[in-house]
Amino acid sequence: MKILVPIKRVVDYNVKVRVKSDNTDVDLSNLKMSINPFCEIAVEEAVRLKEAGVASEVIAVSIGEKACQEQIRTALALGADRGIQIETDAQPQPLAIAKMLAKVVDAEQPQIVLMGKQTIDGDNNQTGQMLAALTNMPQGTFASEVKVDGDKVEVTREVDGGLVTVALNLPAVITTDLRLNEPRYASLPNIMKAKRKPIAVQTPEELGVEISNSLDVLKVEEPAARSAGVMVESVDELIEKLRTTAKVI
Amino acid sequence: MTILVIAEHNNDALKTDTHKVVAAAAAIGGDIDVLVAGANCGAVAEQAAKLTGVSKVLVADNACYEHQLAENLGLLVADLGKGYSHILAAASTTGKNFLPRSAALLDVAQISDIIRVDSADTFARPFYAGNAIATVKSNDSIKVITVRTSAFDSVEETGSASVESIDNAQDAGISSYVRSELTVSERPELGSARVIISGGRGMQNGDNFKMLEEVADKLGAGVGASRAAVDAGFVPNDMQVGQTGKIVAPELYVAVGISGAIQHLAGMKDSKVIVAINKDPEAPIFQVADFGLEADLFEAIPELNSKL
Repeated sequence: MKILVPIKRVVDYNVKVRVKSDNTDVDLSNLKMSINPFCEIAVEEAVRLKEAGVASEVIAVSIGEKACQEQIRTALALGADRGIQIETDAQPQPLAIAKMLAKVVDAEQPQIVLMGKQTIDGDNNQTGQMLAALTNMPQGTFASEVKVDGDKVEVTREVDGGLVTVALNLPAVITTDLRLNEPRYASLPNIMKAKRKPIAVQTPEELGVEISNSLDVLKVEEPAARSAGVMVESVDELIEKLRTTAKVI
Repeated sequence: MTILVIAEHNNDALKTDTHKVVAAAAAIGGDIDVLVAGANCGAVAEQAAKLTGVSKVLVADNACYEHQLAENLGLLVADLGKGYSHILAAASTTGKNFLPRSAALLDVAQISDIIRVDSADTFARPFYAGNAIATVKSNDSIKVITVRTSAFDSVEETGSASVESIDNAQDAGISSYVRSELTVSERPELGSARVIISGGRGMQNGDNFKMLEEVADKLGAGVGASRAAVDAGFVPNDMQVGQTGKIVAPELYVAVGISGAIQHLAGMKDSKVIVAINKDPEAPIFQVADFGLEADLFEAIPELNSKL
């Protein structure tokens, strides 16, 4: 079976972003960019399914400016077979992204779409669910275990009270939680090999999707800063402060 | 304007998340209907009818909604939602699961995790792990929204709304429930706890979390954990507080042996009072803590326990 893995180029998770002084957006100039951590886990899971003989081909797809080819190359170095870049300088919101991915699903007919549960920039946690709705596929969100069994897949999901396992008919969309696996590092020979793997470039127009975002960002601000606290010398002083100053115990 | 709130429940009882989502709906203004979708969930509907400000409770009581599978619930909410100006659910794992599906079926955007209502079409939400707050205006005819429940106060239970059964159940037939393994705890749920005490990698192992549990019992607190503690296998992952775990805002948050990575701060920095106990004076957690104690937790926690 084919597995499609949508990935996103985002600011590296260790970077603390700053808001632009004109409050229009966060300032991403000259920041380190990486593959979104949840997407990396999706790539790893797809490659593991290929190594286990379940999947025959892993296709990485990313939507964005030319630079997102770097992240597709990363996925290829981790074991994906080929890449698709949908090139646009616009910043599509999750619904538009899901519409473009739905077109790729139409063309490629994967049995599983494996993707991150959220990106660490937008923190939306929507795209996988929206793609599943648009393609009428079942969804296994926040997956911590994936088992393919014939024409079904069993997905163990991380939910608020613990774990829930669901069985989904294939084809299905699965979104990854952090505990699904530990992504591997790309070795130098694999990075070199990845340079020769093909990346097909398409445009939203070729897919027949018009990027129209219905949410306008009016303003981006820094969150309210917490006022500096005090250091206490002892447990006694701590208890005393919590009782009398903060009055929380 | 009429707002549809999707109730958060376990078929037996309404969760307090719903009280907070109704508060967010009240801030938008307009009539508020609550949808209770489940199986044998009559008791939940009665509870929902008591929520202040609710005018009508709709009950979809059908076996296909028992486990709130996104495929079935997503269809129901998209179908029912066509008649509403706003559709709101808690930004819980249930709400995050089905609501984007409904939004896509309605061909509208979803606004995730709102922390403030500015007007009927303008909302504030954090992104970049809470390092920036965006004010977002929706141009869609139906506003589909998940609510960060820690940002809103619960509504009272003084109402007496009418309860109406609806009967348009559709089983999408593409997914099924297999089993669940829920963590059993007598302590308050993290989302609604007034006090939370959390441990990090500094706890060294799962057994040492007993020390935190003893303190938690004295304070009536919930016990949380950092991702490092969960990944190291000390405690189950539903205890994780952070960008990828639960987002909490208790009155008192005690971080024990937690360095304070961006990911963790995203889940707790809106707590009213933050206490950090850490032996590393350079730990970033001290920059957000109201009270910091530089000490070895293996000495400080037993002492704290004995003196409370």
